[in-house]
Amino acid sequence: MTDIAPAPVPRRPFGRWFRETGWRHIVGIVMLVFAAFPLVYVLSASLNPGGTLLTANGLFQNFDLGSYFSLFGDPTRPYGAWFVNTIVIGLCASVGTVILCALAAYAFSRMRFTGRRFGLLTLLLVQMFPQLLAFVAIFLLMSAIGDIFPALGLNSQIGLIMVYLGGALGVNTYLMYGFFNTVPASIDEAAKIDGAGHARIFFTIILRLVAPILAVIGLLAFIGTTSDFVIASVVLVDPDKQTLAVGLYQFVSQETARNWSVFAAGAVLAAILPMALFLALQRYIVGGLTAGSVK
Amino acid sequence: MTGPALQDERETTDVAPSRRGRRAAALAEAASAGWKVWLAKIVMLGVIDALAIYAMLVLIAQGQWLVPLIIAVVAVLVNVVYLVPGLLPAKYLTPGLIFLFVFQVFVVLFSIYIAFTNYGSGHISTKDDAVAALMQQSQTRVENSPTFPVKVLERGGDFYLLTTDPATGAFEVGGADQPLEQVAGATASGAPGFTTLDFAQILQHQTAIGALSVPLSSDPNDGYLKTTDGSNAYQFTSTLTWDPTADTMTDTKTGVVYTDTGQGAFTSEDGTQLLPGWQVWVGVDNFVRAFSDASIRGPFFAVLIWTFVFAILSVATTFVLGLFLAIVFNDPRMKSKKFYRVIMILPYAFPGFLSALVWAGMFNQDFGFINQVLFGGASIPWLQDPWLAKAAILIVNLWLGFPYMFLVCTGAIQSIPEDIQEAGRVDGASVWQIFRHIKFPLLLVAIAPLLISSFAFNFNNFNLIYMLTAGGPRFADASINVGQTDILISMVYKVAFVGANRDYGLASAFAIIIFVLVALISYLSFRQTKVLEELN
Repeated sequence: MTDIAPAPVPRRPFGRWFRETGWRHIVGIVMLVFAAFPLVYVLSASLNPGGTLLTANGLFQNFDLGSYFSLFGDPTRPYGAWFVNTIVIGLCASVGTVILCALAAYAFSRMRFTGRRFGLLTLLLVQMFPQLLAFVAIFLLMSAIGDIFPALGLNSQIGLIMVYLGGALGVNTYLMYGFFNTVPASIDEAAKIDGAGHARIFFTIILRLVAPILAVIGLLAFIGTTSDFVIASVVLVDPDKQTLAVGLYQFVSQETARNWSVFAAGAVLAAILPMALFLALQRYIVGGLTAGSVK
Repeated sequence: MTGPALQDERETTDVAPSRRGRRAAALAEAASAGWKVWLAKIVMLGVIDALAIYAMLVLIAQGQWLVPLIIAVVAVLVNVVYLVPGLLPAKYLTPGLIFLFVFQVFVVLFSIYIAFTNYGSGHISTKDDAVAALMQQSQTRVENSPTFPVKVLERGGDFYLLTTDPATGAFEVGGADQPLEQVAGATASGAPGFTTLDFAQILQHQTAIGALSVPLSSDPNDGYLKTTDGSNAYQFTSTLTWDPTADTMTDTKTGVVYTDTGQGAFTSEDGTQLLPGWQVWVGVDNFVRAFSDASIRGPFFAVLIWTFVFAILSVATTFVLGLFLAIVFNDPRMKSKKFYRVIMILPYAFPGFLSALVWAGMFNQDFGFINQVLFGGASIPWLQDPWLAKAAILIVNLWLGFPYMFLVCTGAIQSIPEDIQEAGRVDGASVWQIFRHIKFPLLLVAIAPLLISSFAFNFNNFNLIYMLTAGGPRFADASINVGQTDILISMVYKVAFVGANRDYGLASAFAIIIFVLVALISYLSFRQTKVLEELN
């Protein structure tokens, strides 16, 4: 306690300090254990080579990177392919989402046309029926497309990205629309007087000014698509084409107890990138979250 | 891609002051866009048009007309939008709207359609396919029929049989979808374009070859050739006879006549159905089944109640803990707040599906950390007992969700002006009274919409449930694959995609019920929060 305890000037007596501030640290420490423990546990389990669930209980008794190597050696469990797939699909879907949403938000924010209010409302309404609920129809649609154009249908990653892009507008457009509105329209006017067309204004001026919200939407879309299980499991069939969420789930549900440390290693690697992104962009995300979206 | 966008276009042109003005605007726009922009635009449009034409040609070759027509209309519209000056909003909205219409609006309408059909295992395809499948299924060897010498051929991953016609001596080749026919240039050992399998290869693909049945002619009543060893084949005919004019299937052994009763399967007088059947429109049958069939209704209502309990409790628990922590850490005198904050949001940054899998391991009854270490080797059935499984889900959800509430509440508390608090203190209110009567209502106004969307999110929190318990433990008396901890969305997934019996129609009906519920709740609660805002 003492090393964390602050030394305010003038120093308060311990009893008073504890009543006013000290107990907060106790709450904090309890929460630290609760919040961090499962993560520490996974890290420890991943460093325990050949470990099962049972051996994983002895925290940090071993230190070996064997599990991380065996993660990439098993052809029935193509972790490397899953990893690459997840990143590629996540990046494509989030870049696409950002582009589509920015275009739509620009139109809604800067142009006045009949049907604008109606369009904004419709977007919100359509979003009430989440794509998640329509996975049966998505499966049947994709299998119908796949019969004629195998490159876009069932078991196609391009097809999956297109499905994700279908859900791109909606809440994301709203978040962006709100942000676009905060950029003063006088900037556009000035550029227009200087002879810039709408495309130049959009690509060279507006997009730079709204960069923070683009980053937030991109990250939210990336996290959303990389952790999606339902649609990915419905569309992607071959083990080589699947994403981490689908692959790791099947891996764990098939052989939980035997290869726990290998799964843990896979989980650690899979979590590093999203966590790093999240912590780096934390400030922006909190702003974006309070504007209305949830994990 | 046509609806709102088109309307808007017309309006913008109407709004423009005059023809001359419009022309001037178009000229200015054209002048400001460089030739590179134009080139990029033309190339992109060219690519899109080429793809559209290719897709149309392929579809027309398959004998389809409606879909190519739609593609043509869309392609023309896209060209108009990007080539005609003006139509500005449409230029920006079209790309997003196309995806939205195909993969969200259409898919939702398609879901509604499926909910009114009997689509599912046993009812996948059309009636013709069902007839062919039935005939193939019920084959018996024709007594005393001749032995056909065969060779097994392979082309493009599919297997074919090569045989000699006993009457004409011609070499004939046929496959699963292709009745026996003469092939020019074929010999006793092979045919051009096909690979003849040797003995080792036949052994390797034994099951696939054993399952192969080659129709003797295009009339399914004629029978099929089947081989067990890859060198001799026998004629098999179906015990069912298909009578297209009377629309009946007759079992030649028992003499039972199965007729098409409109239920999507041939049904006998006593109600026995021949499966596979085919897909038909069944009206509100699926909805009626959900509410009236006792073996579905029981689990369905149990799941419905648990979905609400889960969604409400998960919002309540995470909100209470998050708010408590936000208040605790909002003390200006406290040191190292940043450090606590970063650690506490780690569960939020960790991918959700992974945390559910990790917790599932920690809750394992025999080997998990919680039983082995925290409870000293006790064997508590965390994920096997209905109540404990529900508790486990709420604990994990609390872990996943409190950081979000903590962040949001911290933001909201900091935005409440300090002078309100001081005014309260001057009036002699206690800390608790200030919180209860001043801070909390203000906070709630800011947070209420987030609580609603968090409720909606948890209402469909598939990953947590499916990864942690997979919905288990399973109801013993249910006719569908549902368990004690399933929420509606995981039930839909399991009805549609898990296990041998897939019922897409029923699953879509459930999905529509969920949609109606979520829409209703959101509507009511948003109206409520508006009332709240007006009060303050």
